Amino acid sequence: MNVHTYEKVWLGAAMVLIVFFIASVTYGAIGAGVAMVDDSEETIDPDTLGEDDRFGDPRVEQVGDDEYEVYAVARTFVFQPDPIEVPEDSTVTFYITSGDVIHSFSVVGTNANVMVIPGEVATMTVEVDEPGEYGIVCNEYCGPGHHDMEGLLVVQPEDEFELEDDE
Amino acid sequence: MSAETGSATGVASEGRTYIDQFPGEARLVRTAFWSSFVALGIGGLMGLVQVLHRADVLRVIDSTDYYAVLTLHGVLLALTFTIFFLVGIFTWAITTSLDRGLEDLRFTWAWYGLMAGGTALAAIPILGGLTDAVEMSASVLFTFYAPLQAHPLFYLGLALFVVGTWLAGLDWIRSYLAWRRENPDERIPLPTFMVLTTLGFWYLSSLGVALAVVVFLLPWSLGIWEQVNPLLTRTMFWYFGHPVVYFWLMPVYMMWYLMLPKVSGGKLFSDPLARVVFVLFLVLSTPTGIHHQYLDPGIAEGFKFIAMTNTMFLLLPSLLTAFTVVASMEHGARQRGGTGTFGWLRALPWRDPVFTGMALAGVMFAAAGFSGMVNAGMNINYLVHNTFWIVGHFHLTVGTAVALTFMAVTYWFLPQVSGKRLWNRSVALAQVVLWFVGMVLMSNAMHRGGLDSVPRRTAEPQYRGFEIEPTLGTMAELDAQIVLGGTILFVSLVLFLVVVVMTGLGDRVDDLPANEYAETLSGPEDAPLVLDNLKLWVGIAVVLVVLAYALPLAAIVDRGGLFGPGGSPFPVFVGCLEPTVSASVAFLGDHLPAAVSGWW
Repeated sequence: MNVHTYEKVWLGAAMVLIVFFIASVTYGAIGAGVAMVDDSEETIDPDTLGEDDRFGDPRVEQVGDDEYEVYAVARTFVFQPDPIEVPEDSTVTFYITSGDVIHSFSVVGTNANVMVIPGEVATMTVEVDEPGEYGIVCNEYCGPGHHDMEGLLVVQPEDEFELEDDE
Repeated sequence: MSAETGSATGVASEGRTYIDQFPGEARLVRTAFWSSFVALGIGGLMGLVQVLHRADVLRVIDSTDYYAVLTLHGVLLALTFTIFFLVGIFTWAITTSLDRGLEDLRFTWAWYGLMAGGTALAAIPILGGLTDAVEMSASVLFTFYAPLQAHPLFYLGLALFVVGTWLAGLDWIRSYLAWRRENPDERIPLPTFMVLTTLGFWYLSSLGVALAVVVFLLPWSLGIWEQVNPLLTRTMFWYFGHPVVYFWLMPVYMMWYLMLPKVSGGKLFSDPLARVVFVLFLVLSTPTGIHHQYLDPGIAEGFKFIAMTNTMFLLLPSLLTAFTVVASMEHGARQRGGTGTFGWLRALPWRDPVFTGMALAGVMFAAAGFSGMVNAGMNINYLVHNTFWIVGHFHLTVGTAVALTFMAVTYWFLPQVSGKRLWNRSVALAQVVLWFVGMVLMSNAMHRGGLDSVPRRTAEPQYRGFEIEPTLGTMAELDAQIVLGGTILFVSLVLFLVVVVMTGLGDRVDDLPANEYAETLSGPEDAPLVLDNLKLWVGIAVVLVVLAYALPLAAIVDRGGLFGPGGSPFPVFVGCLEPTVSASVAFLGDHLPAAVSGWW
């Protein structure tokens, strides 16, 4: 096949670019440790979340020094619990499921962003450092009140933080 | 045929227009184009309603009705506008390059009728979502993710539309086979090659959505199944949902390979490389769909990684196209007397709307390529997934690379299929430039807003409990760009429709240029014969699809069952059930107490 020299050079450069992209994503996964949401959780019946240990009572739990777990439910058109309160400088693992349709759980201004699919439990571990109030939006269309669906993630300064059930 | 270049492409019409050569086929192409333009007009108007609504400049509808408008916008523009135009172009490509009419025009009109009928059936419940007069709705958007449930007519219409495209494909394949019997030793003409490779992945991928609709969603909407597996039907949608973007894009690439060199005044740089590009799309288009599901729970990271790798390699044919398109334009410019490293750019026919529209579409597609590379990056995708960034991205791809190219080539095709002179070239030129300007503004602001987490697909990106703060500039500035850009786009759209209507109202003339496409510098004789072995390439495509999809689908079914781990349908019928009260309030009132008592 007759391929022009310039075209060969371009082809080579394109292949280098593609391999570089794949390498950088691989580095992101292995080196920088950006894990993808996966299938590590069992499926769950969205109609019986009320009877579930974790999602029957959506809440924040401390599981270690500076380690917290959040069991959250997305439903038309609310997030539970709301607000979600965690202390600064902690590692927070979110377990999120849906009671009805597909939603998302997306923390504004961060890359904490995950799809919430009925029947599945999405897990995502994030490092929480800066204290402040972060908006949570549903960025997947979920019905006529979709635009009203919002929540709040409150990152408390360490000395002010208290878990509700400790009170 | 032009023997001196040794090229099989080129003049086939002996100075005649398409309508002189194939009057019956020209009528079909014309009708398909008009169907496409009606969809474009309505879909574009919905787009204007949306930009004004989101920015809170003018809200002519309730926010709860926004999603019916958005469904109409998505379905009419992403499927109806693009695919009706495609069947027009592909019919032209097959008949022109094989130099023979379709085998039986009754069959041709039958598939057109199926596509048009399917569109109408799907449109009825979507429009029903806008009025309280009928108890129908399909506000499920272009992606119709279960358990959001549309009226059965919506699914039925979609299925008929897809079957219509399958029959269209059979019609073209039938022409090709008839030609092959008479020309057993000829190379497949390049335009026909492009149609056949595109059909290869279209059959492969649209089978997924057809099965999702016919096996699961349609019976479920009729009450035959009680539930479906939302992750499964969603995965089947994206199995089709990514290749469909190449289905829109392949006629555009065809135009960039066949028409852009010609209107630039030159020749296509390389026929063999064009074939390689289309083979790569045939092979790689489908095993990539899971990159739309990077953030989905229930799919293992390894499957996402495979989809990511395939997606990155899919950059290759587009990067090759960028080279060929620019090289062909430069060749044309130098034929026209252009000189210098960049000075040749001035020698291009910038006053020709066909050229300028396609060239600007190409520029925007390059920008779309860059934002697409970001989307494809599995871990960076967390930042942009489902944000306004994505909307900015696909308004550069389908909204500009595809739409602007289609509008630009319409200015060449319309005289060919109607025998009438283009009404006004200056208005046409202004139209394509306005589209470019409008999209630069709108798409730029969408990309920027997305980086700051502004979500897509919402009627009101304004929240009660917090504000989304742009890192650069202000939200008011981004909104202003989007409203201004969207308005310019709508003006451009109106100008386009004025030009096509006025052209249609004109009289037949007999001094139009002939029906031709570009000759090649390096012709098919330079292309290895294996490239034309379509069975081989389809076979490889099937193997790659099985490798990329068999395990994820098996895992999804194994985990959640064919019909899901539970969950009730969620009919999007609210607007009609509660005609007097604001629908969302009524909805919350109906559902929240029950739901809350279930939790606590």
